[in-house]
Amino acid sequence: MPALLSIKGMTHFFGGLKAVSNFSYDIPEGIIYGLIGPNGSGKTTIFNLITGIYSPTEGKVFFKDKDITGAKPYKIVQSGIARTFQNLRIFSSLTALDNIKIAKHFGSKSSLATSVLRLPSFMNEEIAIKKESLELLDLMHLSHRAKENAKNLPYGELRRLEIARALATKPQLLLLDEPAAGMNPKEVEELMGLITHIRNEFKVTVFLIEHHMQVVMGICEYIKVIDFGETIAEGIPEAVAKEPRVLEAYLGKRGA
Amino acid sequence: MGAIFNAQQIVNGLQVGSIYALIALGYTMVYGIVRLINFAHGDFYMLGAYAAYGVFFAFNALFVGKTGLMAFVVLIASMAAGGLIALLTNRLAYKPLRYKPKLSSLITAIGVSMFLEYFLSALPVVGPSYRSFPDILPRVNINLGNAVISNYVIIDIVIAAVLMVGLTLLIKKTTLGMAMRAVSQDKDAARLMGIDIEKVIAFTFLIGGSFAGAAGLLAGMTYPRIVPYMGIQPGLKAFIAAVLGGIGNIPGAVLGAYIMGLAETFASAYNSLIGEGIAFAILIVVLLVRPRGLLGEKFADKI
Repeated sequence: MPALLSIKGMTHFFGGLKAVSNFSYDIPEGIIYGLIGPNGSGKTTIFNLITGIYSPTEGKVFFKDKDITGAKPYKIVQSGIARTFQNLRIFSSLTALDNIKIAKHFGSKSSLATSVLRLPSFMNEEIAIKKESLELLDLMHLSHRAKENAKNLPYGELRRLEIARALATKPQLLLLDEPAAGMNPKEVEELMGLITHIRNEFKVTVFLIEHHMQVVMGICEYIKVIDFGETIAEGIPEAVAKEPRVLEAYLGKRGA
Repeated sequence: MGAIFNAQQIVNGLQVGSIYALIALGYTMVYGIVRLINFAHGDFYMLGAYAAYGVFFAFNALFVGKTGLMAFVVLIASMAAGGLIALLTNRLAYKPLRYKPKLSSLITAIGVSMFLEYFLSALPVVGPSYRSFPDILPRVNINLGNAVISNYVIIDIVIAAVLMVGLTLLIKKTTLGMAMRAVSQDKDAARLMGIDIEKVIAFTFLIGGSFAGAAGLLAGMTYPRIVPYMGIQPGLKAFIAAVLGGIGNIPGAVLGAYIMGLAETFASAYNSLIGEGIAFAILIVVLLVRPRGLLGEKFADKI
């Protein structure tokens, strides 16, 4: 299987602090890939490095065999990588529908000039975008919230809205940063079904960071465990769960 | 009291408020998007007035008998000048400091403001002294019984209203407007939705600057003289209006501007020195009583 995303020797420092150390991996196309590690082990930093929020101190990121290291975040999104955030980053004063529409407009490259001038081609696009956005909301069971300001939505729905917004940019790679954070067991159950469904329906590769062992073990097909920016174990879920270093660094403490 | 709170003063107050509103919008939009108090904004207003003045004298001979068209060209020139200088200021002065400490941009803004004022004063074609602004349109006074309204008052109020309605449509109805709202809320999330935030910021400066330019033209016509330092006072007062309405909040800036315009006019009718000072009294009261302004949202610290 060809690697969709490939990271080679990535190291990142915040001042003198080494957040990510010589990190390398390939993510094959079509997989649900899980990255786990304790708090402060550099997981979110890795997402920030992939999406261009930070530029790595050393190393390279390749997406579809193209070097995207240090590219601007909006270009990276347009090239097909979308993400969600650990602490929700929804545009709270926009409606749920507008949150999706904005991602569709910009994530899939419509120029600012046409959107201001409202050219005929744009009007057609506008209708198509609205239709697709409503479909996405429907998929996430959020249709009834379309016209509502996002700030009025409950937490679980906001999490789903954020995933819908990321999907709206038509990604090939979807990065989920702790999607189950703060969810109750029933919501977690639904979310797991949803992620698998999204992968099958949209043919996206999913790369998720998670604390929640049930989620990682339940849906990921390949898992990598890191601690202080270094890999301590990787493989299929069953194998990783038995690694002594994993039990010690992470699972043991949680008793999972 | 009748001499202070009458129809005449209300109309005058609305006129002053319209000019403040056009300036205040630029302050508040730029603040909303980059969290910068752009102290050079009052100078965009001044440059709008000078551009109008220059274009009028350069091309007036071509527009004999077509004063309406000339006035329109002058309006476009003032808006273009204000908008372009705002765009250039953003590109050259603020963009390199975007991710540096906020204080650097703030001090730079003061520097840009001084540069524009003194550079224009030093230019032989402009010079540091007052110039009288031509009557671009003939002045007509309309007698309404208990108030006399000049057609300039109506022009000021109407042009400001038209521009503000246009801005509202832009922000509410277009994708660009949606992007502006998204960037003002969360820059990182906006970038990760594919928005080129630098473009959105540039557009914001362009629009804010062009509104200030238009305000400069209106002020030049209304109080017919201009000088390179003319932007300082209205700039400060429009800034106070934006703070009064809740900085970063667009309807708030307009509301604040009209309140300021009316308050200043009423106070001036009582005593012109109090009129000059009332803006600052309002600022102090707002900062003490309701620092987030009339329509401003509660500041929430982001994690």
